[in-house]
Amino acid sequence: MLAASSVEMRKVNKFYGKFQALKDVDLSILPGKVTCLIGPSGSGKSTLLRCINFLEEYDSGEVRIDGQLIGYEAPNKKMSGRKLREMRRSIGMVFQQFNLWPHMTAKENVAEGLIRVRRMSKADAERRAVEALAKVGLADKMANHPSRLSGGQQQRVAIARAIAMEPRLMLFDEPTSALDPELVGEVLSVMRTLAGEGMTMVVVTHEMGFAAHVADQVGFMEKGELVGVDSPDRILHHPQDARIQSFLRTYHERNSF
Amino acid sequence: MDWSMLQQYGPSLLKGFANTIVCWALGTVFGMALGLVIALIQRYAPRWVTWIIQVYIEVIRGTPFLVQLFVLYYGGPLIGLRLDALPAGLLGLTIYGSPYFAEIFRSGFRAVPDGQIEAARAIGMAEGHIVRRILLPLGLVSALPALVNFSIILTKETVILSIITVPELLYQVQRMSAETFRYVEANLVLALFFWGLVETISRVGHRLEARITKHLIERT
Repeated sequence: MLAASSVEMRKVNKFYGKFQALKDVDLSILPGKVTCLIGPSGSGKSTLLRCINFLEEYDSGEVRIDGQLIGYEAPNKKMSGRKLREMRRSIGMVFQQFNLWPHMTAKENVAEGLIRVRRMSKADAERRAVEALAKVGLADKMANHPSRLSGGQQQRVAIARAIAMEPRLMLFDEPTSALDPELVGEVLSVMRTLAGEGMTMVVVTHEMGFAAHVADQVGFMEKGELVGVDSPDRILHHPQDARIQSFLRTYHERNSF
Repeated sequence: MDWSMLQQYGPSLLKGFANTIVCWALGTVFGMALGLVIALIQRYAPRWVTWIIQVYIEVIRGTPFLVQLFVLYYGGPLIGLRLDALPAGLLGLTIYGSPYFAEIFRSGFRAVPDGQIEAARAIGMAEGHIVRRILLPLGLVSALPALVNFSIILTKETVILSIITVPELLYQVQRMSAETFRYVEANLVLALFFWGLVETISRVGHRLEARITKHLIERT
């Protein structure tokens, strides 16, 4: 079993100028649990996710990882860069656009953080990188540059890059949205394995199947508000809120043929 | 046309050409280095610092190299800056090229997708490592064609150094034509030398580009 983090968000607000992207968001995530965030585009799901590792700087409220406030020392006092980097080390992130470094091979992409951040020797880092790549089924592609990998493979390398750092929490920002439909499965299956190992995961997704089968809780967002957080069954099959009902109706209409 | 004077002036022309190449190469390297520093400062420094640097960029880009060189070489001694012709010329070229190089680097950095920088931040990489390992290598790739292009432009700016008596190629060519009255031949020689230099730089640049972009292009 991995050591897994908890996440606690209290009254988180985020503004872009006058536009309020997050409105008093409260969210609790227990160690080892998988939380999926769903909702229409522009509803603030990604912004919320990015506040968890402070890639997005929330304006007020609290985001705590294992009880420790991230981004701020105190209200209005930013955390030092060094401390923030230290906290980020144990938070893995996977992006919609993969964001692999194109000038490095798959192995180098995974080893880079181990060498620069974890200060491992090159040999140790590469050994660990190969292990991580093997875990996502890409040991045979370790010498390939991203330009020689399919989208699904690139995303799996990105997952390997994150898990090689031995995070206690993984954030996924629409990890399959940029993929051709036939490549979605390979990425979801890696994520399912990770969830099975007890990793705390927060996943912004449009994959309702994944949310229904893997998530411990599903949060629905609309217009910057976390409208509801509950079991997948209660949110996806028996939603009480009219906004969730309407979102799911649209979703089902679009996906039926 | 009469090329017989080349026998007599050949050595001094070659020496002048060598000086041109040295001035160009050092001026380009120093100008690029200064430009890179400026571009990095522009990216990371606080507002008021970038504002001062922006003024520097605008002033240097807005005035002719000839004037800058005059100010440096003939005006320098007034503030205690006494330089020989060659160092003055090199310093002049460095200063003249730096804002252009800075802008080229800036646009190169901007071409690096934010997501790739964010990915580095997300695993806790320090800013210094991000610059060295991600921003610079990727930014340089995007900047390379423009860097080569401006380096080529700089070759031709070196002739201006002749007015502060740097013994580069134009200086030697002018001496030869004044002494032999063979202006056409002299200027053809000048043109040929420059054409050779530019052609070489451009080829090296293309090769470099092909090499470093090898892995960056999507192949299926």
